[in-house]
Amino acid sequence: MSYVVPKETYSGKVYTLQFGSGNKTITVGGENALPFLTFEGVIPHKPAIAIEIQDTPPADWPETLQKVFEGVSGDPIGWAKYCQDTLKAEAIALRLISTHPDRENRSPGEAAKTVKDVLDAITVPLIILGSNHVEKDSQVLVATAEVAKGKNSVIGKAQEGNYKTIAAAAMANDLKLIAMSELDINLCKQLNILLSQLGFDKEKILTDPMCSALGYGLEYTYSVMERIRAAAITQNDPTMQPPIIADIGMYVWKIKETVVSEVELPHWGSTVERGIAWEVITAVSMIMAGAELLIMRHPKAVEGVKKVIEELA
Amino acid sequence: MALSGVEIFKLLPKTNCKKCGFPTCLAFAMKLAQRQASLDACPDVSEEAKRILGEASAPPIKAIAIGNGEKAVKLGEETVLFRHEKKFVNPCAFALSIKDTLSSEELKNKVKAVLDSEIERVGQRLRADMILADNESGDSGKFESAVKQIIQDAPNIPLILKSQSPSNIETAIKYCSDKRPLIYTATNDNYEVMAKIARDNNAVLCVYAEGTEALSSLAEKVKSAGMDDIILDSGARKAKDMLEHYTQIRRAAIKKSFKPLGYPVISFAEREDPMHEIALASIGVTKYASIIVLSSIEKWKMLALLTQRQNIYTDPQVPMQVEQKIYKVGEPTQKSPLLITTNFSLTYFIVQGEVENSKVPSWLAVMDVEGLSVLTAWAAGKFTASKISEFIKESGVEKNIAHKELIIPGYVAILSGALEDKLEGWKITVGPREANALPSFLKARTTN
Ligand code: B12
Ligand code: SF4
Repeated sequence: MSYVVPKETYSGKVYTLQFGSGNKTITVGGENALPFLTFEGVIPHKPAIAIEIQDTPPADWPETLQKVFEGVSGDPIGWAKYCQDTLKAEAIALRLISTHPDRENRSPGEAAKTVKDVLDAITVPLIILGSNHVEKDSQVLVATAEVAKGKNSVIGKAQEGNYKTIAAAAMANDLKLIAMSELDINLCKQLNILLSQLGFDKEKILTDPMCSALGYGLEYTYSVMERIRAAAITQNDPTMQPPIIADIGMYVWKIKETVVSEVELPHWGSTVERGIAWEVITAVSMIMAGAELLIMRHPKAVEGVKKVIEELA
Repeated sequence: MALSGVEIFKLLPKTNCKKCGFPTCLAFAMKLAQRQASLDACPDVSEEAKRILGEASAPPIKAIAIGNGEKAVKLGEETVLFRHEKKFVNPCAFALSIKDTLSSEELKNKVKAVLDSEIERVGQRLRADMILADNESGDSGKFESAVKQIIQDAPNIPLILKSQSPSNIETAIKYCSDKRPLIYTATNDNYEVMAKIARDNNAVLCVYAEGTEALSSLAEKVKSAGMDDIILDSGARKAKDMLEHYTQIRRAAIKKSFKPLGYPVISFAEREDPMHEIALASIGVTKYASIIVLSSIEKWKMLALLTQRQNIYTDPQVPMQVEQKIYKVGEPTQKSPLLITTNFSLTYFIVQGEVENSKVPSWLAVMDVEGLSVLTAWAAGKFTASKISEFIKESGVEKNIAHKELIIPGYVAILSGALEDKLEGWKITVGPREANALPSFLKARTTN
């Protein structure tokens, strides 16, 4: 039997999306093949990784992770600069967690000030994230969108319950928008269609089909992402062609496996390495499934995933 | 590739003798095509037809077992490229590489790490599955004694014998010819000898060639040399080559029915940096490796990799679930607390584990919500006040307990009012949100 390399012919292509300004922009997407399969298509850009910071000290993060940012996480500006200058982050994701009504419940005005300060302090691209509270986000993200005007930042997440206001703000200030749905390919598609109907440019969307941690629903996220990429590339479905973002850290760094100490559970081994490994495997699974932009927390995990992305490119 | 009814019919005797229990050969052929009959039912079918039909109905990736007994690993038999199409069949095996250059003490510790690697997760027992004995020294005696020691310490763990020298393999394999080991590896230069050693010792043979094309032709040669229990190594050691080669091999086998690549794949993920190694291994787990060789198996590493394997190899259509019933945790009495949760395996095992950690004997009511987590079930309308109250009433749990208090998950605190209305005379207590807070929560109740 003679062997022929079994190549697929694809008809679709992921949109190319650029964010950030000045000489530090990031471009993701643009490929016309399934993840990393350059033997049968063109993959012009590698997946990018943003390091996550918060607008309030990360008291809810596991100790091992808090320790990494000890001394800088007290204020978002110092934290952001540390990520940019010392950790060489390509991008920073600022989560405005303190605006959540169950947390400090900070006002949209305060959040906007934080975003402005951080934007002034860094040159790498910024991803502005709300607290995932549907009503509050629609105020917070509208206020922060204004201060990001001209910076070509990413803002989100717009969900079914608040996409109109947030999309309008992103449009008015020329920002890129994260559209999040909950682990369902049809809901994901529907949200992208609704956004287009509002007049939002579909080439300025990042799709967030919702992440989950290794061991806690990873297989659902993995398969939803694979199906989105198959629809985009193989079936040429334009509603499935925005680049995919995976917001990894917030799911990984709260589960038992990344929190509990080795003293308590000796048969699970070192807590520090266990946490990093958890974030690495979750992230690698996501890029294999099709994610183009990752939001992560632990610098060592970021380093590990970057190495493997280099090796895959 | 499966044959159609008409294609099968052409291979039958066409005498319509009815001995198979069907009125005509054609009718029988149709049933065969639908896999509702077995070829054995026709006594007159030719050997030639048997061979063709057997090959056509074989899975596109051959099933290969390595080792024997309870701990044998079964590989291959995959039918799809993406897990959303259909459940992946045989989970990949993790193998720890042990070099024969190690001291006897170091070697013992490595073997012990494999033996101690078992963990339990979501009701499954998972472990590092295999040992690869590496003839790094190139020395026959060293290899022989390393293999001997490994077998002595871990007689049931499936073995991979790795050496460039056929004669070193031949010496060492004597100690495990009853254990169906995997020989690594046949190359273009030595495949005839290696195939013979494998045949003589009832072993599986790995075939190594650089790139998928060279690999396919060598696999064919090995098969013609009488060895059909094969594992493939395309020489991929870089992430990119791993992903591309394994994808090509899987596609060739499944979509093109290309037999020379219809075997399981071995992947070498060993790296200096453990996080890099873990990342490479996890590419193999998602993308089609059947054996993944590791340089070390620290506990944290295995927990993470085995969890990923479990996730990728679950059935995408049916969530893992447990039976609906009132479970005992410890030896609960009439006064013991009663907690409720859902029958999603992950949820059940987490909650059960934490209740156990609390050392407070308890009743755990597990409700059938088609295998959904607490919040998903609630959002899907399957874990509602009326359904919960119906379940509690019908479960008969009231006979076991002397109180009427039900502890519900903190995430569904919102149900407590409606539940108190539906479950007359009951007290509803809202428990913590995360299960890991259950031990302190339950302990605090008993001391009060
Ligand atoms: C995987 C997942 C799914 C999978 C299903 C997985 C499954 N088998 O259940 C799928 C993709 C099918 C799915 C579907 C939906 N999902 Co869903 N899903 C998730 C996800 C990512 C993880 C769920 C999970 O596995 N958790 C792990 C288990 C162990 O958690 P758990 O059962 O809650 O148990 C914990 C605690 O509750 C506690 N606990 C459990 N029992 C008990 C008992 C007692 C007494 C106590 C004290 C504590 C306790 O201990 C556990 C560990 O701490 C979550 C988001 C997230 N990251 O949590 C969303 C989530 C649960 N889903 C959500 C929604 C809305 C849905 C859908 C309705 C929407 C949709 N996408 O269509 C559908 C509904 C399903 C349907 N129609 O059939 C929402 C629920 C929102 C809400 N607050 O109501 C969530 C929270 C996502 C979000 N908004 O952030 N989902
Ligand atoms: S037994 Fe064989 S030959 Fe006879 S009818 Fe059935 S298929 Fe035909």
